[in-house]
Amino acid sequence: MPDAPANRLVAAIDERFDELLRNWITDQLATLRRAQIAESDLRAQCTELLQIMRRALVGGAPLDVEAQAWAPARDLLGRISVSRAQQGFSSTETATFVLSLKRPLFGVLRTASKDADALADDIWAATLLLDQLALYTTEVYLKARQELIARQQQDMLELSTPVVKLWEGVLALPMIGTLDSARTQVVMESLLQRIVETGSDVAILDITGVPTVDTLTAQHLLKTVTAARLMGAECIISGIRPQIAQTIVHLGVDLGDVITKATLADAFKLALSRLGLAITRPKAAPGAVRPAAPTTD
Amino acid sequence: MLTARTEQIPVREQQDIVSVRQVVRSWCLTLGLGLVDLTKFVTAASEIARNTVEYGGGGTLVLEELRDGLRVGVRLVFEDQGPGIPDIERALTDGYSTGTGMGLGLGGTRRLVDEFDISSTPGAGTRVAITKWKTR
Amino acid sequence: MDRIPILRMGPVLLVSIQLDMHDQIALVLQDDLTNAITTHGAKGVLIDISAVSVVDSFMGRMLANIAGIARVLDAITVVVGMQPAVAITLVELGLSLEGVRTALNVEKGMAHLQSVVASAGALSDPGDDADGAD
Repeated sequence: MPDAPANRLVAAIDERFDELLRNWITDQLATLRRAQIAESDLRAQCTELLQIMRRALVGGAPLDVEAQAWAPARDLLGRISVSRAQQGFSSTETATFVLSLKRPLFGVLRTASKDADALADDIWAATLLLDQLALYTTEVYLKARQELIARQQQDMLELSTPVVKLWEGVLALPMIGTLDSARTQVVMESLLQRIVETGSDVAILDITGVPTVDTLTAQHLLKTVTAARLMGAECIISGIRPQIAQTIVHLGVDLGDVITKATLADAFKLALSRLGLAITRPKAAPGAVRPAAPTTD
Repeated sequence: MLTARTEQIPVREQQDIVSVRQVVRSWCLTLGLGLVDLTKFVTAASEIARNTVEYGGGGTLVLEELRDGLRVGVRLVFEDQGPGIPDIERALTDGYSTGTGMGLGLGGTRRLVDEFDISSTPGAGTRVAITKWKTR
Repeated sequence: MDRIPILRMGPVLLVSIQLDMHDQIALVLQDDLTNAITTHGAKGVLIDISAVSVVDSFMGRMLANIAGIARVLDAITVVVGMQPAVAITLVELGLSLEGVRTALNVEKGMAHLQSVVASAGALSDPGDDADGAD
């Protein structure tokens, strides 16, 4: 047998749908800065939520939003939450979407009610439902914010260490700033991926812009070189500062047969020679002189 | 720590090693593990599955999804009733020899996972549990 | 049982590993390749692993074995197309694939094989200097 408060909730929503919707929208617009969300969008979202809630209650859904019957509501609120998170709304503003329905709904229930006890039950049921929906909204919002921030961090990581193509078959990775374990791993993976994508035979890891290196980072660099070699490409490490050279020896890190060059330029020259290329200066013909600027003479 | 999903599969024949790789990959994908982490974990699972088949006389693999606060992870527990490993320390430090070494190479496998637990009683069997957590 | 096909392109044998091999298939491949090298007098073996997403120690040993056997039979082996995640995992595992040459892709692998095979061919002409055909 369907729940009595649920029935009365449905009846209230049905009889005073327009009034409910109007008041709910008005209340929200009063708290939200108007420019942030178009009224037409808000109206559409509110309408949809009311209809979904009504359908769920009519279908005899329990007052537990985890239940299957509330899946459409969770889905809608999930989408709204994610969109709000991406647009930069706060978690309060996002939860307010649901919570601001309370006042208009209670108002409608009170008008329709003939019995104080029944009214108390109805308001309690409505509160229970809306609180759960609001909490769900907040949870989804938080997750969405976390994922957004993580993505931004990833973008920054990738931007701060771009892989540059110096020549056909030669990539360079100028690393700048301190290298922590996480960053080095991300960089390693993207470098190896770029090597495959571009079919580059040589990758130059330039650490001119790296002030210090610890054991873990040095090991990561070595692993990168080994992995590239396993794949069929070669890595040259360039730009090792004196301090880093000392650290490497001091830490007992064995560079093995990893090729190192003092400067990126040296590394580039070596890379070209590995590819069978060389840079030459074109010979000027004897007697040829660059024309002087025209004079009045 | 809560365990949500679990699944058990036999690890008795060579063909099962392939099944182990496929099931573990599927679990890793569901968890949303990154490609490198996935590759490392499936490779580790393949190594231990092979040990279970060839050295342990066959056994089982139990997969468990783990939830620990905000993180999620997968734990694989391989168990057999084989001869056991007499010298675990050595097995853990053995490299991969292309020669006649025991080839257990568990040391390398340990580096591929976040948590590695091994217990073995000579004559009674071996249990290896490996865990990978999803970062971020 | 599935068998991995071996293609022939001149003096080079081509193998493309497309499926998740179980141990038996790997051993059969080793046998098939050994026979094929001998039958055709192949000078090079190119193994394409670009579709392989997991290389464990068994497969690593198989590749090293094939390279070793081929070497004894006077053929060079090149493994191509190793995926970055696989390379990273092998490094972590400590597998060095000793004696296995690698190239980024089939084109580069073939180019390498052809240049090596060509210079090896030059060795058979009397009077030519031996090139470092390794």
